[in-house]
Amino acid sequence: MSTHTVTMTINGRRHTGTVEARVSLADFLRDQAGYTGVHLGCEHGVCGACTVLVEGNAVRSCLMLAVQADGAGVTTVEGLAAADGTLHRVQEALMNEHGLQCGFCTPGIVMTMAALSGEGKKATETELLDALSGHLCRCTGYQGIRRAAQQLAKPEAMDTANGEQS
Amino acid sequence: MKPAPFDYVAPTTIDEACAILAEAHGGATVLAGGQTLLPLLNLRMSQPFILVDINHIAGLKGIARVDGGTLIGPMTRQCEAIENTALQQHLPVLVEAVRHIGHHQTRNLGTIGGSVTLGEPAAELPATAVALKATIEVRSIRGSRNIPAADFYLGPYMTVLEEDELVTGIRFPDWSPGHITLFRELAQRPGDFALVGLAGALSIESGKVARAGLAWFGMGPTPMRARAAEQLLLGQSVHEIDPQAVAAAAINDTAPFDDQHASAEYRRTVGARLFASTLREAIRVREAA
Repeated sequence: MSTHTVTMTINGRRHTGTVEARVSLADFLRDQAGYTGVHLGCEHGVCGACTVLVEGNAVRSCLMLAVQADGAGVTTVEGLAAADGTLHRVQEALMNEHGLQCGFCTPGIVMTMAALSGEGKKATETELLDALSGHLCRCTGYQGIRRAAQQLAKPEAMDTANGEQS
Repeated sequence: MKPAPFDYVAPTTIDEACAILAEAHGGATVLAGGQTLLPLLNLRMSQPFILVDINHIAGLKGIARVDGGTLIGPMTRQCEAIENTALQQHLPVLVEAVRHIGHHQTRNLGTIGGSVTLGEPAAELPATAVALKATIEVRSIRGSRNIPAADFYLGPYMTVLEEDELVTGIRFPDWSPGHITLFRELAQRPGDFALVGLAGALSIESGKVARAGLAWFGMGPTPMRARAAEQLLLGQSVHEIDPQAVAAAAINDTAPFDDQHASAEYRRTVGARLFASTLREAIRVREAA
């Protein structure tokens, strides 16, 4: 059983820790770095609740070892809103469209949508819905989430993403 | 649901990885994208002594056009394969197959080599490799060999790969420009393993089938090559093809099973219809073009 020192930049801050090789990125983020917004549902890649961004790409943090993320930049749901509490546009859209109830699956869903509709990115509704097939939500029946995706895919949403007013 | 303890090494060259595999005498497991391995570790269905992470080996990445085909590094991510213009142009069936693997989030880490090598019988890529007549290049400290995909799979998650061998490339031959492409799968939800699926390509020369590659997934213990259907198609004029007759021949080369999702009989019935309609549609698209 080997242990490893890992360093990663999480939400813009450097974290160094020592982990057993078997520790998942999700457990490292939660237990060592304190980012408990990373939710663990199934721990075998089915539910999508643990989705985070690694180098900007949405991945399941239960299906990646912490040691694999050594040197990487990681974003969790805690890293999305601005310092003054202004919500990320994905969070805003989900809130406006009632895209959550209990909130367990929400951080994962937010991260997937942020990966595709974040700063300077513009996914179509089809692309968003295809990516959202990787998430399970037991409360909402998905319709609110779907409406949030539609809102994010609207043309005017792109202008805001690019920092321009139409 | 946490993995049993293991050691972890991350070699940076193929030779180094092969030396570690040889030394481990079967106690090592290779970590590629990890999108199937990590669940197996978490569920403790797999308990290796040592995990050999090949993510840091530059020589296993990338897609290159080589003489008469395309060589795909096994560590090419599934998301990269979908975006790759050379693959879109030369191997549209492969790109379509990769789109059906798992979800956006798992395709960001999952690899072409991982899926091909694992040999899940209901997965898209093993059958696609068989249908497109790919060759799997493997290396060990004993040397290297090239294995036709049709000879690679022995059973569910069982392949001819020896415990000291590492897959170093998957070579897909070119199919003639404008070849007929076939890909279809039936799954209960997007991202689920297929209940029934098929992949194939037909090269057409002077209006006749010059080369045919067809394989099923989810229809037996391995990807199932539809040899009889390939033979039936060879030399036929495109407009003479009887999709139903070809499907009937293809279904004979399957060995489906009963499970909680579907009976073998269901798989055969749906498979034959899926095959016929996919072939009929592909011919229609070609004739319309």
